Amino acid sequence: MSIDESTAARVAKLARIKVEPERLPALAVEFNTILGFIEQLSEVDVDGVEPMTSVTPQRLKRREDIVTDGSQQEAILTNAPDAREGFFAVPKVVE
Amino acid sequence: MGDLNKLGLAEARDALRAGDVTSVELTDACLSAIDGAGALNAFVHHTPEIARTQAAAADARIKAGDAPAMCGLPIGIKDLFCTKGVPSQAGSRILEGFLPQYESTVSQNLFDSGAVMLGKLNMDEFAMGSSNETSVYGNAVNPWKVDSRQLTPGGSSGGSASAVAADLCLAATGTDTGGSIRQPAAFVGITGIKPTYGRCSRWGVVAFASSLDQAGPMTKSVRDAAIMLEAMCSHDPKDSTSADLPVPNFEAMLTGDIKGKKIGIPKEYRMDGMPDEIEALWANGTAMLRDAGAEIVDISLPHTKYALPAYYVIAPAEASSNLARYDGVRYGHRARLDQGDGITEMYEKTRAEGFGAEVQRRVMIGTYVLSAGFYDAYYNRARRVRTLIKKDFEDVFAQGIDAILTPATPSAAFGLGEASDDPVEMYLNDVFTVTVNMAGLPGIAVPAGQDAQGLPLGLQLIGRPWEEGDLLNTAYALEARAGFVAKPEKWW
Repeated sequence: MSIDESTAARVAKLARIKVEPERLPALAVEFNTILGFIEQLSEVDVDGVEPMTSVTPQRLKRREDIVTDGSQQEAILTNAPDAREGFFAVPKVVE
Repeated sequence: MGDLNKLGLAEARDALRAGDVTSVELTDACLSAIDGAGALNAFVHHTPEIARTQAAAADARIKAGDAPAMCGLPIGIKDLFCTKGVPSQAGSRILEGFLPQYESTVSQNLFDSGAVMLGKLNMDEFAMGSSNETSVYGNAVNPWKVDSRQLTPGGSSGGSASAVAADLCLAATGTDTGGSIRQPAAFVGITGIKPTYGRCSRWGVVAFASSLDQAGPMTKSVRDAAIMLEAMCSHDPKDSTSADLPVPNFEAMLTGDIKGKKIGIPKEYRMDGMPDEIEALWANGTAMLRDAGAEIVDISLPHTKYALPAYYVIAPAEASSNLARYDGVRYGHRARLDQGDGITEMYEKTRAEGFGAEVQRRVMIGTYVLSAGFYDAYYNRARRVRTLIKKDFEDVFAQGIDAILTPATPSAAFGLGEASDDPVEMYLNDVFTVTVNMAGLPGIAVPAGQDAQGLPLGLQLIGRPWEEGDLLNTAYALEARAGFVAKPEKWW
């Protein structure tokens, strides 16, 4: 599998990272180097092998379905780059 | 007592309890050492006021006869841990100015145990790196020096390694996703243990790859590692993968007696082109354990070779998901927007400015391997290979192997700026350590020798799941025989 510039641009878009067009050729080369390294995995016979979901055999714990936390609006907004009137503020989303 | 900052945890603890020294004195010694070590760039956020307050409180507790395990012991905390009201940036520009409103479970456990926080320690950005060269704070520097070059302390816990080796603190926290405790520990000649996945709570630790991340101590001795690991571990309802198992008294398990233990030597770790010095170190370590009464067994872990490529699918995939939260909305950096920019431009510019090159690369690789059409070929295949890697270990443990001995790193510390532009070359630093994260096992690096130039080299022991006590005891026996006492000569 080889990644061209347009695929690199698509991946950057999906990852929501702005990449200037002049950076794309180098980025595609880096991706291909890493993917070339990963390609070794195709040698492994994985027929009938389950994909790992949990590295230690455990069942996720359950707890009572009750409210255990909350009412921390101020603490939650403290680190916001732009918070107004108790909300996170972002550029206009809906016209 | 002179040079209090040079003490280990156990010695300092005993001196505190005997009343020979106070925590305030220990803390002041460390704070002066830190002030004089700017050239190492290990501590990146200093918290002397918190340290002095905690030290005074610890002295009061000791006086009152209430001295838990870490009481009064000054340590450094890796920048990856969220510490309430103290900058916690994960070495990234995107978390500039972030002040956590809560405390990570591990640092809280340490504080409950009486530990004193001196400050936050340098690291590779989001723990992605093996040389501490991806940090927004600049490189942390290895206190070991053999010529005019500055050497890497390893990564990602490079600041922790440098600080402990240079006696700026008695010990430090690290985290390990693919080798980030053990590789830097080996590069600076200290001990570092990554416990079994689930031993330490991940709550409040900035996430890199959640199925691999574990916290652990970086210390001046195996005994110190036992003391500090016990204080860090706990079951935590706030981390659903945290193990609900009792935490043993690890220190009490250090008898040094490993007679009859079966130590596996995996043939797949004998890599092509492995330096003779590493080969010799490994052979020496094997002889030391045999001398201690252990039985040496040749073993095979057939899928070893595939651990690193599988890691470079799984870790970036999880990172791309975990790092999606850095969007310029809730915390950290937000890019300055141009007229007409909408929310998508805000995300894209914020993440381009906030993430460094290696983090961007891994987030994009992760995005790619999880994208439609490639999910099965890359991500699911890597998870299947991971199952096989874990099974390799289960098979040898089922044959009665108690621990596995390997080199910790493929080389001694290299020079900062010497790595090539090929990212894969840097990834190879973790070739001996990454299997352990993939299988969720405990692993410990112990300093065991020096190369021809005098740089420290480490050996790794890998243990059975949840048997950190037994693993620490084997490491203790190895440490005693290796007799590594060399310290870097002060140049900073």
